[in-house]
Amino acid sequence: MKKLLLGDEAVALGAINAGLSGVYAYPGTPSTEITEYIQNHPLAKERGVHSRWCTNEKTAMEAALGMSYAGKRALVCMKHVGMNVCADAFVNSAITGVKGGLIVLAADDPSMHSSQNEQDSRFYAKFALVPCLEPSNQQEAYDMMAYGFDLSEKLGEPIVLRVVTRLAHSRAAVEVTEPKEEKLLSPATDQWVLLPGIARKKYVALLEKQDAMKQASAESPYNKAEKANSKTGILACGIAYNYVKEALADDANLVKISQYPLPEEKIKALAATCNELLVIEDGQPVVEELVKGLLGAGYPVKGRLTGDLPRTGELTPDNVAKALGKQTGSVFAPAKNMAARPPQLCQGCGHRDVYAALNQVLADYSEHRVFGDIGCYTLGALPPFQSLSSCVDMGASITMAKGAADAGLFPAVAIIGDSTFTHSGMTGLLDAVNDNANITIIISDNLTTGMTGGQDSAGTNKYEAICLGLGVEPEHVRVVVPLPKNMPEITRVIKEEIEYKGVSVIIPRRECIQTFARHARAKKQ
Amino acid sequence: MKKDIILCGVGGQGILSIATIIGEAATKAGLYLKQAEVHGMSQRGGDVQSNLRLSTEPIWSDLIAEGSADLIISMEPMEAMRYLAYLSKDGKIVTSSKPFVNIPNYPDEEALQQELDTLPSVKLDIETVAKDCGNPRGANMVLLGMAAPTIGILSVENLREAIATVFARKGEQIVEANLKAFDAGVKGGIDN
Repeated sequence: MKKLLLGDEAVALGAINAGLSGVYAYPGTPSTEITEYIQNHPLAKERGVHSRWCTNEKTAMEAALGMSYAGKRALVCMKHVGMNVCADAFVNSAITGVKGGLIVLAADDPSMHSSQNEQDSRFYAKFALVPCLEPSNQQEAYDMMAYGFDLSEKLGEPIVLRVVTRLAHSRAAVEVTEPKEEKLLSPATDQWVLLPGIARKKYVALLEKQDAMKQASAESPYNKAEKANSKTGILACGIAYNYVKEALADDANLVKISQYPLPEEKIKALAATCNELLVIEDGQPVVEELVKGLLGAGYPVKGRLTGDLPRTGELTPDNVAKALGKQTGSVFAPAKNMAARPPQLCQGCGHRDVYAALNQVLADYSEHRVFGDIGCYTLGALPPFQSLSSCVDMGASITMAKGAADAGLFPAVAIIGDSTFTHSGMTGLLDAVNDNANITIIISDNLTTGMTGGQDSAGTNKYEAICLGLGVEPEHVRVVVPLPKNMPEITRVIKEEIEYKGVSVIIPRRECIQTFARHARAKKQ
Repeated sequence: MKKDIILCGVGGQGILSIATIIGEAATKAGLYLKQAEVHGMSQRGGDVQSNLRLSTEPIWSDLIAEGSADLIISMEPMEAMRYLAYLSKDGKIVTSSKPFVNIPNYPDEEALQQELDTLPSVKLDIETVAKDCGNPRGANMVLLGMAAPTIGILSVENLREAIATVFARKGEQIVEANLKAFDAGVKGGIDN
């Protein structure tokens, strides 16, 4: 049976039909739809497949590893920067090894459509010494779930499955297979205690598996050579394959790469029949660098590092065609009457009232800085508010404000959303309390994870208790309702807490207007 | 035969519903389809677009190359022109004529309309048409109707059936209202 699926949905359905027992994830574009699809899928519901959102990617990775330990198949999903958050657990899961199949899905975002960097998750797979699968289309994304779980169980190692935005968020028809049964409970019996003496042995065992991983890549149905009469050999990684086929159809002398470690023999065989290799890969020049080492300094290798493809940004049919010596190009001149239309906070959004109040109060302080965080409210950096001085990573608002306050900056204000606070802000708040840092923290609570489309937020109804529990003085945990009519009260509270020499937390709380509207519609029906 | 279509507008205007209907019709008609969407941050009142590729042969790229879109279907006149680089020489723009102004530096509206008139375009005040046929939330269906005869690889009837399928779970009334808006769009597009 064929189904029209987003790349993310193909991953989700592939996992369910491969006998998945649990998905563990924190929302993040472009990975969010995977978990949402599993949450809503009838068979996953019937089987009780775990799909509730996790507090962050590290808790997700660890829970998935626990499910794997118990012998069942688990999937962890995140956007690329989530790999940084779970890196400790992820890298060490390669040392412990796995029991039930474990797939770590990283959705990379070249061109930074909705992200703060272009990091390439294939580096993480190599760093942890585990295989990486990189589907070129929605069908492969589906098929690679069963394949990946089997491979994971065969090798006893986690598998990274790397997708990029253009696959995650593009639809195509997928041939769907019959669902398999879940694995039975059968906990691991080998030692997973990574004390140095055990870890050393396990690390050697991981190194000894490298040949088997290379063998799997050499035999993989996803790594294949295509022959044509050309002296330029092409290495087409993941979705790059589609752009090459779009430009050259069957006239390409290439190796398609969708499984790592690299299929070295196939690459060497291609190089032997050509004068040069062109590496086409979405993201960073991972393969380009590796292939230079593989073929030696004398062999010409072209790609992003040589300027044949742009060093930054995603691949497009245009930049790939150009690198292949084909021309695409516009016919019409760019429009004259044109303006950028950046995203903005919704009309009526509570974050707007928070920024309006904050700007009003801070106008009285010459050296003020507001440290921002990751979420819809990052848009407070843009006009009309232009309130923020920084936005770096999940939770950094609180700790950066603290560091700046340690240096003597006043007032140092942090603004963070409710979901981001429980993701990575709580530990920073404890640091601030223990140091009695002179900072004002605004937890702008809209009762949801807004930017990714309104997923449940882990700490809803618990924020005051969390702040008090971490040691914030009760009289300096203040709750307000961000509405224009409450402006005098909100500005007064902000002013008082800035003037307080210590840690204060202000919680403006009003439901996200998008989820509010959705709930109202659901009630009506 | 193939058709490369760029659907565009401002986040929240309902371009993904148009994409869903074309996708449904294409699947039913047994066509190959790829549809790249924009999710996430850019949906918040910013510019949004979807690349929709339909073909009787397998399709490789999820994205449309510059200079090769057969059709730009836009919920907003300035947004229609944002993707001019992708329009093919025989391509056509089908757009709402009514600006959506949520930025302080929106271009001069008269100059914008004049520039649009120099391009191979049809435009219509789809919001007014939608209101006139009693379905003020159906402007996107009016737009789809306007574009329908131009899509070619799918018939107007294919699209009508897809509307009925996609909206079926919302009830007969909603289906009828959307079909009415769609039909008004078909008529409006031809009259222009």
